[in-house]
Amino acid sequence: MSLSGACSIAGVYEHPTRWAPDKTEFQIMAESAKGALDDAGLTIDDVDGLFGASMTMGAMGIVELAEYLNLKPNYIDGTNIGGSSFLAHVTHAAAAIHAGLCQVAIVLYGSTAASHSVAIGTGMGHGSRNPWDSFQSPYGMTTVGSYAMVAQLHMQRYGTKPEQLAEIAVTMRRHASMNPAAKMRTPITVDDVLSSRLISAPLHLLDCCIISDGGGAIVVTSTERAKDLRRKPVQILGCGESVCHQEIGSPDLLTMGARQAGERAFGMAGVQRSDIDLAMVYDSFTITVLSTLENLGFCKVGEGGDFVSGGRIGLGGELPVNLDGGGLSSNHPGMRGIFLAIEATKQLRGECGDRQVADAKLAVAHGTGGTLGVAHSGATLILGVE
Amino acid sequence: MADLTHPKVHASWETRGYWEGAARGELVLQRCRACTTVQHKPRGVCATCLSGDLEHVVASGRGTVYTFTVTHQNQAPPFAAACPYVMAYVQTEEGPRILTHIVGCDPEAVQIGMAVVADFQPQERTDGEQFAVVRFRPAG
Repeated sequence: MSLSGACSIAGVYEHPTRWAPDKTEFQIMAESAKGALDDAGLTIDDVDGLFGASMTMGAMGIVELAEYLNLKPNYIDGTNIGGSSFLAHVTHAAAAIHAGLCQVAIVLYGSTAASHSVAIGTGMGHGSRNPWDSFQSPYGMTTVGSYAMVAQLHMQRYGTKPEQLAEIAVTMRRHASMNPAAKMRTPITVDDVLSSRLISAPLHLLDCCIISDGGGAIVVTSTERAKDLRRKPVQILGCGESVCHQEIGSPDLLTMGARQAGERAFGMAGVQRSDIDLAMVYDSFTITVLSTLENLGFCKVGEGGDFVSGGRIGLGGELPVNLDGGGLSSNHPGMRGIFLAIEATKQLRGECGDRQVADAKLAVAHGTGGTLGVAHSGATLILGVE
Repeated sequence: MADLTHPKVHASWETRGYWEGAARGELVLQRCRACTTVQHKPRGVCATCLSGDLEHVVASGRGTVYTFTVTHQNQAPPFAAACPYVMAYVQTEEGPRILTHIVGCDPEAVQIGMAVVADFQPQERTDGEQFAVVRFRPAG
């Protein structure tokens, strides 16, 4: 039996907090675990597979997390490939369940990046004594700076306009305005984006994700078991992972891990891009959305500027993207990949109220971890409901 | 824009040839004797064929701006005082792309495809190491 469709997301929970100075990462993860298990109609006693990562968990952090939760799992996976980790965890959980190594897996994330002033976009990395980092740190490499170099290249090569990137931010904000939990809900215009200050040209402040606290959880089990649980099973139809780096072995700064991971995921699911009802893609910056949609194959590389224009990626458009408002407007606690699968699941279950994509049956979620333009990971899920 | 003194470089046995070469005013890249690939960043094996038979070669120091960003915000010292500065990838004549800064011109004058040459800022150090940071400036 193929892995495609064998396992499902049975429960999800997005922690409502955006500012939690009084909580720890593990506490947010534990509260999220309770929420997702309640959603599925399961308890912590049912969990025998533990998956998680965070910005501060160390080499054995997943063991400490098991201790915190008083869990004795049969399967553990603390893979940390950046913000895409949780989509990879869902894949790994499905594979483990399909192979009979565990039965109910929980995927966890928690972060206090905002309330603990973790440097994410700028201002980090300058103190590293790692010789490998010395090819970046003397130059003040920032996350936003690297993405800005990708945007600059895209604009120069294909004539992509700042207004086109700005429309992505405007669209995410429009979606956030329909999400009661989103941090930034006041609508903005293209002019607002272009008149916000430059952080690293050509990216402005409003081309950049916000920084928040937050977390979430996802419960994965066999589709057969999920059918007996509280919620409609959201089947894991396709998955793929990749690593892409800028120096040796990578032909181009505009090639993303989304290409390799996406091709595998679409191939496994046996569906076409035109079959997809909505896309949840990591939006660390506006350029990330444009480049991800190109590399996932929704348009050719170079055509992303036109693709994201004219309302095409907004609710009601041809391919609605990031209906929760994304990292640009809803929440970005450092590694936001888990929210891509959570919102996709809620959309496919038809629970999203004003921001619901009508009759959504098939979704793609793609996370990018690390830094586009330097080294990054990609993880893709194709999710669907019957 | 204030003059930027780049933070200290930390070298391993794999990477010190690059930084010591820079201190001599040379852009030093690695070449694989087995498959002839020229690579950067330096490492203990050829990342194309995994041969350990590598040599250092002195590159021309010439290249073009592959892409760049004018950095307006970086709160980390010493970069905060140096904003706006130009971070860039330079495509070297020998093939590898190098992360660097473009110096010696107005940040607004930098363009993709612009011809540049290597420029070296020796580091003042108390640990006895002779290293320099590689930047690039407009050619000619």
